[in-house]
Amino acid sequence: MTQTQTQESPALPRAGRNVGKPIDRVDGKAKTTGAARFSAEYPYPGLAHAALVHATVGRGRIAGIDVTAAAAVPGVLTVITHLNAPPMKPPPPVSLLNLESLASATTVNYLNTDEVHWHGQPVGVVVAATLDAAVEAAALVRVSYEELPARVDFAAAEGRAKPQKGNALQPGESRKGDAEAALAAAPVSVDLRYTTPPHNHNALEPHATTAAWDGDRLTVHEGAQNIAWVRGHLAHKFGVPAQNVRVISPYVGGAFGGKTMIWPGTILAVLAARVTGRPVRLALTREGVYRTVGGRTPSIQRVALGANEDGRLTSLIHTSITRVGAVGGGPEQVTSQSRHLYDAENIFVQQNLVKLDLLSNTVMRAPGESIGTYALETAVDELASKLGMDPIELRMRNEPERNPLDGKRFAHRMLREAYARGAERFGWADRTPEPGSMRDGRWLIGMGVASAYHPSWQFAANVTVRLSADGTVVVRCGFHEMGMGGATAHAQITADALGVPFEAVRVEYGDSDLPTGPGAGGSGQTASVAASLLTACDKLKRSVLALARRSSGSPLRGVRPSGVEARDGGLYQAGAAGRGEAYAAILARAGRTSVEAQVGSETRMGALAGQVRFMSKLMLDRRRWVKAACGAQFCEVRVDPDTGEVRVSRWVGVFDVGTVINAKTAASQLRGGIVMGIGMALSEATLVDPRHGRIMNPSLAEYHVPVHADIPPIDVSWLNEPDPTMPLGLIGVGEVSITGAAAAIANAVHHATGRRVRDLPITLDALM
Amino acid sequence: MKAFSYLSAPDVATAVRAIADRPNAKFIGGGTNLVDLMREEIERPDTVIDITRLPLTEVEELPGGGVRIGALVRNSHLAANRLIRTRYPMLSQALLSGASGQLRNMATVGGNLLQRTRCLYFYDDAAACNKREPGSGCEAVGGFTRSHAVLGTSAACIATHPSDMCVALAALDATVVAESVRGERRIPISEFHLLPGERPDIETTLTADELITAVELPDVPVAATSRYRKVRDRASYAFALVSVAAALEVTGGTVSAVRLAMGGVAAKPWRAREAERLLLGGPADVESFRRAAATELAPAVAQPGNAFKIELAQRVIVATLAQLLAEGSAA
Repeated sequence: MTQTQTQESPALPRAGRNVGKPIDRVDGKAKTTGAARFSAEYPYPGLAHAALVHATVGRGRIAGIDVTAAAAVPGVLTVITHLNAPPMKPPPPVSLLNLESLASATTVNYLNTDEVHWHGQPVGVVVAATLDAAVEAAALVRVSYEELPARVDFAAAEGRAKPQKGNALQPGESRKGDAEAALAAAPVSVDLRYTTPPHNHNALEPHATTAAWDGDRLTVHEGAQNIAWVRGHLAHKFGVPAQNVRVISPYVGGAFGGKTMIWPGTILAVLAARVTGRPVRLALTREGVYRTVGGRTPSIQRVALGANEDGRLTSLIHTSITRVGAVGGGPEQVTSQSRHLYDAENIFVQQNLVKLDLLSNTVMRAPGESIGTYALETAVDELASKLGMDPIELRMRNEPERNPLDGKRFAHRMLREAYARGAERFGWADRTPEPGSMRDGRWLIGMGVASAYHPSWQFAANVTVRLSADGTVVVRCGFHEMGMGGATAHAQITADALGVPFEAVRVEYGDSDLPTGPGAGGSGQTASVAASLLTACDKLKRSVLALARRSSGSPLRGVRPSGVEARDGGLYQAGAAGRGEAYAAILARAGRTSVEAQVGSETRMGALAGQVRFMSKLMLDRRRWVKAACGAQFCEVRVDPDTGEVRVSRWVGVFDVGTVINAKTAASQLRGGIVMGIGMALSEATLVDPRHGRIMNPSLAEYHVPVHADIPPIDVSWLNEPDPTMPLGLIGVGEVSITGAAAAIANAVHHATGRRVRDLPITLDALM
Repeated sequence: MKAFSYLSAPDVATAVRAIADRPNAKFIGGGTNLVDLMREEIERPDTVIDITRLPLTEVEELPGGGVRIGALVRNSHLAANRLIRTRYPMLSQALLSGASGQLRNMATVGGNLLQRTRCLYFYDDAAACNKREPGSGCEAVGGFTRSHAVLGTSAACIATHPSDMCVALAALDATVVAESVRGERRIPISEFHLLPGERPDIETTLTADELITAVELPDVPVAATSRYRKVRDRASYAFALVSVAAALEVTGGTVSAVRLAMGGVAAKPWRAREAERLLLGGPADVESFRRAAATELAPAVAQPGNAFKIELAQRVIVATLAQLLAEGSAA
C-alpha cells in the first residue's frame, strides 16, 4: 500500500463550520460499493453495442472496404462506413467568439469522408446485439488504402517548426530587453536543450458513451469534462436543437483533460444509435483510447539562463517546439511559468509548432506548465550547480515582487513561504550539496527541489440554489465530478454560506438539464462554481429576509440585510443571540414551500450576454493581476549504482493554493498530481513509430504509469492563505502539483549520480 | 474475440483425448495470457478445454531430494511453498517478481511455461510479425526494441520470452512432464523453448496435443543459496529488461558450484553455460564474475534500442553473484 500523510491545516481563513474540513466525499460510498453508475453502465431495453474499426495507415484514402465477413457474424446489426453513413455536419470552424467550436477534437467529419488523417482514425463502426459480436466483427472488416506520404516523425520535423500565433489569452511570444545579448554577456550561464515524449491519457474509466434517440431527442451518457460542449457539438453534428440533447454525466472515472474535447467515439456512438434506431453503447477499449483520444504533445525545449556571480539572473530564455495534428489540436503554453517565476532583467520566451499527420494533441493535466517546469526548473538547478549555490537560495535571490515581464501585481504569491516550510518538513539542511556524496548502503541518495506554478482560472457558471421549508437546500449546477470532490466542496460552501448543516445540502451536477456549469479545466471549476454559488446564496438570503421583513411576527422585521447573518439553519441578527428565526419558520409563515435564487441565464440571449459580461470581467481582471497557484516540490531518490534504477523514496510538497475547501479531497488532488509527475519523470512515454505514426504501446502493460511500488509516502500541505481576488480566496488545486515534479526528480537524480538527464523519461539506461 | 466452444475435462486422460480429437483447440488454465491473446485476436482457438479441474495442484517432494510441481499450481502458491522457498529461493523470488498479485493468484506453472512474447509488434495486428503470421516480416527491426533480445536472435525475429519463472527453471535444470494420447514425455527445460531461427512461430518443442502435467526440479544443493534479480522500467508490474537467476557456492575462495540464467535477453530463458564453465573451479571474486559475464555476453547483438542490455546484463550478473558471495561469507 502507498502510505500517505495528510495534515489538517490550521488557522482557516473565514472559518466556517465546514469549509476547510476533511469531510468524506459525498459520492464515496456510491463509488466504493459499485452503486455509482458510469457511462457504460446504463441499461436500456434493446441496447446494442458498437465497436470501432481503426485505420491502419497514417495518411491516405480508403480504396475499398469489405464488410462481408463482419456482417455475417451472428448478432451484427450493421456495419457503418463512409459508404453508407448518413451525412453529418462537419465540425464548425474554430473561433474564440464561439467557445463551443473548441469542442471538436479534430476537423475530420468521421465516416463522411474517405480520407485518413491518422493511424487509428475510425473508418467504420460495427453495431451488434452483443459486445463480443461487435468486437469480433470489427476485427473482420477488411479495408484497403491508397496510401499517401505522412509526416509523423516529431524529431525529424524540428527544422520546420514555426512560431506560434498568440491570442488574447495566450501569447505565443514575449520579450523584455535583449535576452540573447544579456546571455552572451553573463558571467555565468547555461544554455540547454531538453526533450519530453508524448504522453497518453490513462484515466481509470476508458471513454464510453451510451446514446439513445427518441425521435429527434437524444440522451447521451458520457463521462465528460464539458457537458455543454458535448451537447452543443452533438446538436450541431446531427442537426437538432441543443435543447433536444440531454447529456448525463454524474460520475466520471478520471479525465485529466482527456474528456474535454469531443472525440470520435462519442459521435459514432450517437451515429450508430441513429442508424440502428436502438440505444447504443460504445465503450472504448484501452487501445481504443490511445487510437482515438489525443494526448500530451512531445516537446523540444531550450532554456538558457545568464546570471551574475551573485546568482541574480540577467537573462532568461525559454523556447519550445510542440506538435499539433494536421486535423486539430492546440499549442501548449510550455513557456507559461517562465514568464512569471524569475525576476530576470531580460526575458525571451517563444513557442513554436510543427504540424504532423497524427491525431490531434490535447490537454492533459497542466498542459504546458507540466513539461515547461521540467525544463525551466532543471535548468535553474544546473545554473545553481555552476554557481556553486544552493538551488533554493538561487530561487529566492530571483523571486520577483511583481510580474517580471510587465510589472503587473501578483494577486497572491507565497513561494518563499512554501520553500521555507518545505525545507523544514523535508530536512533540506541535512543535504550535502556535492553530487554522489550521500549513500545508504549500496543506494546513491539524491535530494532535489523545484518550483511548481500553475495559473488560476475562472469561468462562467450558472447556478440555482433552492431552500425548502423543511430546511434542506438543493444546489443545481451542471458542473463535472471526475473525482476531485466537487459535489462535496460545494455542499460545504453552501452549508456555510446559508448557515445550514452540511447534511442538509444536496448538490445536483453532471447533467445538461441543470443550469450550465463551467467546463472542468484549468483547475478553475471550483472557483468558478463557488463565485456563482456565493452570489446565489446571497440572493437567496435576501429573498428569505424580504419575506421575514414583511411579516409582522418575525423578529427580523425591518432588519437590514447588512445586519443579518446566516447560522443555525436560519437568519439571525448579527452578534445578537437568538434574534432571528429558522428558515423553516420564515417560509412557513409566508406560506412558501421553497425559495429559489438563480445566477446566470439559460436563454440564448441571456447566455450570450452572460458570456460577454464574463469575458470582459475576466480580461479586466487579467490586465490587473497575475494569478496563480505555486509551490515547492522536494524529493529524495535512490539510485542503484549498478543498474541505474531510480526509486523515489520521499516527497514533500508545500503549495500556495489559497483557501482549501476540503482538506481531504484537496490533499488527494495534490498527491495525485505528484504521482502523475513521477510517471512523467521516470516511466511514461507514448511510443509513436516514426515509420508510420502508429502508437505501439497502447496498453497499461507497456505504457508505464507508476504502480504502487513506485510511489513513496507523499507529504502534502498548503499555506492556506486566501487569494484576496478569488471567491472565498481559493485557487484551483487540480494541476499545480504535477508542475515541478519531474524537475525535482531530475535534480535529485543529478544530486545522487552527478548525471544530468535532459530527456524524459529518465530510464535506467541513461544512468548506467 | 472469436466465438469458441468450451469444454471442461474431469481428468488428464479425457483432456488429452479431447485435444487430440480437435484440430484447433487450446487448454486453458489460469488464462492470464491466453485470454489476453484471444481478446487481441492473436490466438483464435475453436475450442477451449478447461483443465482447472484436473488433479495437478500438488507440490510434492521426490525421492532423492527433488520436487515435483503440478502444472496447475498457481504461481502465488508455488512462491509461498516452504520447499521452494528454502531449497530454491531463486524460483520463489522469480515468481513473486512477475505480474501482479491478482495475476499470480490465477496463473499456473504450466501456463507460465507457455507465455508468449510481449513484443509490441507481435501484439499489434497491424504490424508485420513472423511469429504471428509466418513469412510476413518483422516490423520490430527498425522499430521500438527496448524490450527485445540480444542473444540468439535471427533475421526473422528478435522477440524475448517474458517469463520470470522459466529463468529460474532454466538455472535449476527443471524437467517438463507432458502427457498426450501417445503417453508421457519428459522434456529438459533446456530443450523446451526454442530460439526463433526461421520459424519464430514455433516457440516450444511441445506438440499441439500435449498437456503439461508437471515440472520436476532435481536436487540442486547450491540453489539453497540463490537469488533472482529483475531489472525493469518500474518497480513492479513490468517485464524484465534483464533478469538474472543465480546460485553460488564457494569453498575456500573457489567457486565449487554455480548456476546462472538470464531473462529478458533471448527468445528463451538463457542458461549462461559459458559463464558457469568459466566460474566453476575459479576464484570467487568480482573480477572473475566480470570475465564470466563478459564472455557470456560476447556473442550478443544489439538493436539500436537495446544496446544497453548487453552492459546491463553483465552488471546484473556481477552484482547478483557479488551479493551471493557477500551473503555466503556472512553466513
